[in-house]
Formats: sequence, C-alpha cells, structure tokens
Amino acid sequence: MEVSIIRAGMLTTVQDLGRTGHRAAGVPLCGAMDSFAMRVANLLVGNPENTAGVEFTLAGPELVFEKDALVAVCGGDFGALPPWQPAMIRAGEPVKFSHARRGCRGCLAVAGGFTIAPVLGSCSTFVRGGFGGWKGRALREGDVLETAEVFRRINGKWHMDERILPAYSAAPELRVVAGAQADEFGGGLFSTEFEVSSQSDRMGVRLKGPALARGTSDEVASATVVPGTIQVPPDGQPIVLMADAQTIGGYPQAGHVISVDLPLVAQLWPGSTVRFREVTLDEAHELLLAREHALGILREGLALKYS
Amino acid sequence: MTIAPLGDSAVVVTVGSGLGEALLGRVRAIAADLRRDPPPGVVDIVPAFAAITVFYDLGRVGGFGRFCAEIEQRVNRADARFAPGGARIIEVPVCYGDEFGPDLGDVAANGGIDPVEVIALHSGGSYVVQAIGFAPGFGYLGGLPDKIHTPRRATPRTLVSAGSVGIGGVLTAVYPFATPGGWNIIGRTPLMMFDPNRAEPALLRAGDRVRFRAITGEEFTAWK
Repeated sequence: MEVSIIRAGMLTTVQDLGRTGHRAAGVPLCGAMDSFAMRVANLLVGNPENTAGVEFTLAGPELVFEKDALVAVCGGDFGALPPWQPAMIRAGEPVKFSHARRGCRGCLAVAGGFTIAPVLGSCSTFVRGGFGGWKGRALREGDVLETAEVFRRINGKWHMDERILPAYSAAPELRVVAGAQADEFGGGLFSTEFEVSSQSDRMGVRLKGPALARGTSDEVASATVVPGTIQVPPDGQPIVLMADAQTIGGYPQAGHVISVDLPLVAQLWPGSTVRFREVTLDEAHELLLAREHALGILREGLALKYS
Repeated sequence: MTIAPLGDSAVVVTVGSGLGEALLGRVRAIAADLRRDPPPGVVDIVPAFAAITVFYDLGRVGGFGRFCAEIEQRVNRADARFAPGGARIIEVPVCYGDEFGPDLGDVAANGGIDPVEVIALHSGGSYVVQAIGFAPGFGYLGGLPDKIHTPRRATPRTLVSAGSVGIGGVLTAVYPFATPGGWNIIGRTPLMMFDPNRAEPALLRAGDRVRFRAITGEEFTAWK
C-alpha cells in the first residue's frame, strides 16, 4: 500500500529503534528519539516493536493512505488522531497532523510497517550521514512510501493503561546517574532549573541556564558517550546527547539521564524547563526493568488481541 | 584495569593510561576477544583510546554485578593472551596543498618550516588509529611529528569537504563526510573513508596503523 506525503511537516523521518552494533565504526544509534512511543505505536497496530515507523517534529505532516489502514500515533499530540490509541484510517482521506499541541515528537506506526531497505541492520534515517531510512533524508512533499500489505482491523474503542506512560511534562524532573566528571561540577547540575534552547536537534537537547562552573580547567580526554550523556562545554551550558549524537565526545560528562527518562527529553520543546535529580545506578536499573515489565504486559495483551 | 558505568546501558573498561601503540594494540585485541565470546546481553563493543566500552541490554545480562564480573574475567583472560603485533597497515593516498589543502601554509608557518617539509613529515609519519568517532569512519590518528602539531583553527569552517585530511593539535584525521570542522586542512584523499553499503563500512579500525602517501592532482582525478 502507498502512503503519500502531501505536506512534510518540519522534520519527518523514517525511524525504528536504531542502529545497534556499529559504534566501533563511529555510527550513531539514530532511531526514534522517543523510543518508548515508537515501541508502543508499533505494538498498538500489532507490529514487532522495532518496525519502521515515521517520526515527526513540532509540525506534523499531511498523509494520504491508498487503502484503509490501521495506524497509531504515540508521543506528542499532533491532533488528527488521539495519541496512544489504534485507529482506522479511510483510504484516500487526508490525515492532517497539526503543530504539536503537547510534546515535540510524534511516532506513527502503520500495521505491517513501512517497507524500507535496512542499512547496517536498521531502517532509521541518519540525516547528517545521508544514509538509512528514506533515501537517507527527511521526507518531502511528493514522496510516496510503501507499506507491507496486512489487513488488521480494530473493532470499537480500545484504551491502554496510561499508568505505564512516562511522566511527560513541560517541566520534567530528569533522573541522572553520575558521569565521569560529576565531582568537578559539585552539585551545580542539581540546584538549577534549565531552559531548553531552540538550538536543540536529534543530536542533542541544548540547555540554557546559569553557567555550570567546573572546579578544574584540566582538558578532558575524549571518551565514549551514550544517548543521555550530559556534556558540559566550556560555556557551562549543558547538552543532553540524544539519538543522533556522535559516539565519542570531548567535553566533561556531568551525568547521564537514565534510560527511562529519555522519552521525557525527546518530548521537550524550546522553552520547556528541566531540573535534574541524582539517582543510583541500581535505581536506574530497577526503573528500567519495571518499564520493560510494564511493556511486556502490554505486549502480551495486544498479542492476544491480534492473534 | 577498572570497570566504570557509562550511564545505565554501558560500562567502560579502562586497561591502562597513555596512548602508545602497545596499549592500543591491547585494547584492540581485548575488544576482538570480547566480540568472539561476549557474555549474554552484550549489544555493542567499542575499542577507543585506552578503553573498551561495552553496551548491554539489561533485561538479558542476568544481574549487573554478575555481568561486570564476567566482563572482568574475560578481559583479564584476553589481556593475558595478548601478543604484540598484528596491526593492519592501511595506506591512504593524499593530494596535498592547493585547493585540497587550504591550510597547508598555516601549518608550515606555525612550525616555521616550508610547506614541502610539512608534506614530507606528514606522509613520512606512521600513525595509529586511537579511536573511531566524531562521525562514522572518522579515525583519531596519533603519531603526528612534533613539528607539524598545529592548534585547531580559531573559527571552524562551516563546511569541510569529504576526504579532507586535517591536523588538530597533536592528531591528524580524514573527514569521511562533508561536515563543519575546525582542523587545519592540508590535503584530500580520493578514498571513501566510510561507505554504509560496504561489508565493512569504515575503512579504518581502532588499533590499525596508517600511512599517508603523497599523490598528484592527476592521480587524484584518475582514482577509482
């Protein structure tokens, strides 16, 4: 089935859960910024979680589906369809997503998934590298994506237990485990509120606030970074690295936003504010296992629905 | 050896200090050994500088403490077996100067030498890949002769062409993609440093030895 892009929106890309296993070659993870939303969107339409979907940013696209289709949009609220619910789209009827009414990024999954040739094991788009996803670039007006032909339907309304959703907020408290240079910043990271800068992108969410003072001027050796790493450049304005971040960074690492809170970062928009709170690695791991357990229950429930 | 967490999805195994060829060889060998026989739950292994970063899937590691112990045991075993040598040697042809190397003169001036001498020193050196990062296929190459150590440019260029060979402080590198960049550009290679469609996309691996060879503009143009 064809899906036509009538209007592309601000930055609309094909994404799955990213490109794992190629960091030694300097290849970033990529994949949906809000991987929780992409996983749930896929589950809601009966797909494996790592199926290729479409991510849109701040201003959503307008799409036309060639045939009736079962879809789900998760993450931010872009109108057109209620988020976190499967919905049937009628053939030929334009689906007009608006600007983000809440959150920053929407993840759209369609039953069967978009048909995209994987590059290095993933369908995610790496725009800066010009590979992966749809021709290595963001979608444009006139592009036509293919989806697998599956005929899943949904009867009546269906609601997921929203208690499993991350605590999305315009002013979230992000939990952090210590980074290699945490001590050099004292408690500065945890005593301040930061504002999200409009310079943020898929590489990193840039924050503005009182400059974080570092207790030393020693040069930091370049070292591996992960999505969530909070780098502090010499200007003292922290950057939370995200999906498209480089694999090695040369700035001090004050901390790392824990995995379960990365979706909250993905949904921040310019002008949102954040605070940080330190947790132990054990807590971060327990929270992650609890999140996976909750997703497992959702997965099992939906597997019965679509079997 | 130390094992330290990197966020809640990776650990960094540091096997020594400094960036000598012997240490980088150990790091490369340990990473290769871990790849051959990874503990359950390992999803990526990254040798870089004096460390190996191991990424894990928490749901599959069977307890974080046990996972770290398994990593430590394997690293010690691999390290005990390590024998020096065995690094690949990769030759990178470079057309130096003119429009491909706009900063060749600055590097020469900084070292108080002639541009021809810069080319001789750069292409005469033997380099070791300390890590791949910054961009896919971008190798941080150590071993730059002292006389051509050159500070990064005060104002980074908004666009450096793919294949550009640069000097940044004590390191040299080839830019695999057209990106913004602050290093001093002295030449360009016709090689594709990264191609996602190759069986092994990155031309360089951490621990490889690299030599540069000067080529003419005609050779560059004729390169296939």
